[in-house]
Amino acid sequence: MTFPQDNRPKTDGVVALVGNPNTGKSTIFNALTGLKQHTGNWPGKTVSIARGTFRVGAQKYLLVDLPGTYSLRAGSPEEKITRDFLLSGRPHVTVVVADAGRLERNLYLVLQVLEITGKVVVCLNMLDDARRRGICVDVRALEEELGVPVVAAAARQGLGLQELKGKIDALARGEISVCPRRVKYDPDIEEQLAFMSGTRWLALEALLGQQKPGEGSWVERFKYCPV
Amino acid sequence: MSRLPPGQKAEVRRLLGEGPLKFRLLDLGFVPGTTVEAVRRSPLGDPVAFCVRGALVALRSKDADLVLVEVLPGDQRRGACP
Ligand SMILES: Nc1nc2c(ncn2[C@@H]2O[C@H](COP(=O)(O)OP(=O)(O)OP(=O)(O)O)[C@@H](O)[C@H]2O)c(=O)[nH]1
Ligand SMILES: [Mg+2]
Repeated sequence: MTFPQDNRPKTDGVVALVGNPNTGKSTIFNALTGLKQHTGNWPGKTVSIARGTFRVGAQKYLLVDLPGTYSLRAGSPEEKITRDFLLSGRPHVTVVVADAGRLERNLYLVLQVLEITGKVVVCLNMLDDARRRGICVDVRALEEELGVPVVAAAARQGLGLQELKGKIDALARGEISVCPRRVKYDPDIEEQLAFMSGTRWLALEALLGQQKPGEGSWVERFKYCPV
Repeated sequence: MSRLPPGQKAEVRRLLGEGPLKFRLLDLGFVPGTTVEAVRRSPLGDPVAFCVRGALVALRSKDADLVLVEVLPGDQRRGACP
């Protein structure tokens, strides 16, 4: 997905909204932009890219609502749209919307996004729902672990959205420094990655497409992929 | 995994197959050690739905067959879905 420069409305930065299906991305998009993207309680509603603008003080940002995905591996059209936008659209800030009640699943995408960019704000949404189910998240500890800002929110009730806007703005203006958490792979994989330049995610994609001489594909060597 | 009756919980042991399909299953959360629960099957038996790491995921039964699981007794483990 290319995003021609001349097509870009004049703004102070592009902000992408990504996350698992049904985590409240469009709800946040609507609340911030005042537009009316389709929302509802089933996954896969957003199938294309929606754009709108919002302001923080004098700054004006272009917000891009992307389809929900569990992964960026481009196995489905939604994954491909989202992956391509993060890699070629080069948003200034990426907001990963995560369901506070399903953190384990949602953090997988967070770690993948951190392999593309460190300019990330994690929006821990559905906090009301999680609380009702007796789930309590230590937001500061999570922030510490991930090395990027984490904002707690309940978007349907409008809670946490001011803080979210503030963090997006601060990150876009370089007022917050980040130290994005990197997944460490096996030493032989890390050794290969060290030789490759550019985005870690693209290097990993390239590596996964290669055969490791004599020992099957690199895929089998990944720790998080036990056979 | 495709033969699990609805309501049955199991633990993922191993994935068969190679390449993109295997990655797809891992991306969806079918990682060894994960608890899954069969939820329902459509009248023709395909696709089959599973609760895995908090989400409902539907698979073609021939893809579900690539996931080898060990049946867990009763409600020994917490449900995979809320
Ligand atoms: N309880 C609760 N529900 C929420 C919250 N935010 C959004 N929702 C609801 O969750 C459902 C999904 O919201 P959407 O905004 O459509 O989610 P999405 O991430 O855009 O979904 P896809 O585009 O399908 O990936 C809707 O019914 C929302 O009203 C929240 O903070 N708490
Ligand atoms: Mg949406």
